[in-house]
Amino acid sequence: MPRVQLRQIAHARSGDKGDCANIGLIALRPEHYPALAEQVTAERVKEHMRELCRGRVERFELPNLQALNFLLYEALDGGGTVSLRTDAQGKTLSAALLRMEIEI
Amino acid sequence: MIRIANAQGFWGDSLEAPLEQLRGGPIDYLTLDYLAEVTMSILQKQYARDPRAGYARDFPQMIERGAKEIVERNVKVVANAGGVNPETCGEAVAAALNRAGFAGRMKIGVVTGDNILNRLDDLLARGIELRNMDTGEALETVRSRVRSANVYLGAFPIAEALDRGAQIVVTGRCSDVALSLGPSIHEFGWKRDDWDLLAAGVVGGHVIECGAQATGGNCQVDWETMPDLAGIGYPILEAEPDGRFAITKHPGTGGRVTVAGVTEQLVYEIGDPRAYITPDVIADFTTIQLQQAGQDRVQFWGIQGRRSTDFYKVSISYSGGFKASGTMTYGWPDAYKKAKMADQILRTRLERLGLKFEAIHSEYVGANACHGDFLSGEPPRDLAEVTLRIGVRGSDPVAIERFTRELAPLALNGPPVVTYPSGGKPKVEEVVAYWPALIPKTEVGAAVTVREA
Repeated sequence: MPRVQLRQIAHARSGDKGDCANIGLIALRPEHYPALAEQVTAERVKEHMRELCRGRVERFELPNLQALNFLLYEALDGGGTVSLRTDAQGKTLSAALLRMEIEI
Repeated sequence: MIRIANAQGFWGDSLEAPLEQLRGGPIDYLTLDYLAEVTMSILQKQYARDPRAGYARDFPQMIERGAKEIVERNVKVVANAGGVNPETCGEAVAAALNRAGFAGRMKIGVVTGDNILNRLDDLLARGIELRNMDTGEALETVRSRVRSANVYLGAFPIAEALDRGAQIVVTGRCSDVALSLGPSIHEFGWKRDDWDLLAAGVVGGHVIECGAQATGGNCQVDWETMPDLAGIGYPILEAEPDGRFAITKHPGTGGRVTVAGVTEQLVYEIGDPRAYITPDVIADFTTIQLQQAGQDRVQFWGIQGRRSTDFYKVSISYSGGFKASGTMTYGWPDAYKKAKMADQILRTRLERLGLKFEAIHSEYVGANACHGDFLSGEPPRDLAEVTLRIGVRGSDPVAIERFTRELAPLALNGPPVVTYPSGGKPKVEEVVAYWPALIPKTEVGAAVTVREA
């Protein structure tokens, strides 16, 4: 099965809530949603983002929008106002997730 | 149908968007969201120095510039510009209308009751613990360092101000979506237990609350061909009494309203989509149905909600120490290597000085600052330049201040091909940390006043 980077079949937007990053991942076409739902698991996202996310990853499904929503706990170096990072609010983490490869 | 236009996604958003929303076509309501979490503590600090301050000063200025259109087109304006001093903000709005030559032409409503800073000790004494929602800790641990404490109020006080004839409504802290849900409640007579209707209002409010993020701004799909981002239109919510609504923008403006862009905004910072908790209703984002309904128009229906909780969320800010960050930029060749060496030298010097920090963070802008080493991979050797950005955080302001003196010397006594920003050493900032908590709704009373301008 061919491997693709998520950016080829999905788009995303990310932000923050305290020290928790929120990444919404959306299939570019409805037929790609099942592959996202099957392969982009909370465990894989935790593994993928392990350098940035020190806590757990929680996943929610929105099949009506062909989307998944991820909460990455302890992922922002203390959160928006505390963090020393350039991206203190996790605004670019959407694209970090899109670096992941899956099979379709 | 009513048209609710948003023109401010946060304090610092476009100063022109409110005027463009007023002038670009028909609207019934203009909503402006000024209050990020960090804003409240800044405003509280200003208020402590000056009891006539503590609100978003941009707002009365915007009212003065837009007064003619607001009056002539009979547009109602709802803004959380009140910060920690909504009454004074309301007076400033009246003064702005007066300066614009429209004194005595409308009523101004002010919503208060969100600010519980002066009630904290009383609440704690009565056993309302205000434990941290994330960590479970009791507020006592940071009580002496608390800077601000505000309850997220709901939409019904805004609706009440509109019911009583206010044309401009100023609030302090309220849920972001309340700014647009309040008008729908007022116009359509939605009741407190119309869960599905309220949820529809919440979803519509969520789509427009971040301004142009709903109309093609910050959108990953087809961003290169996005029309006229320089003249991007801000979102307009066309709400129907039965809960259906459409998202659109004024004709002739830039950007795009598409299912892809609107869906990015739908999943933005929502947490559990089955339980998007607001003061008025819990909205279920997994029930949202939407489709493209013509150019720059997305139609929504089918949204369901359920009874909200017995608590309001409280946002408490407290002083969490100090921090500073500074940069040094290294040019080709081997820019990344040089920046890394500079980081090592700087860290060695900080250690030899015996300075203690809670955290030191280095990143290499141009190589790995956004996504970290692991995901970014080894940077190419021929990068044109790399900026070392290093920051420290800790409880001792003297140590942080000393750190800020250690960057510039690297220009003469570190690796070569280096430049650094003019304007002196980095600034020491106070860290404002957040303490999210819950408070029983029975402990909070919103008050609404409506007066002639």
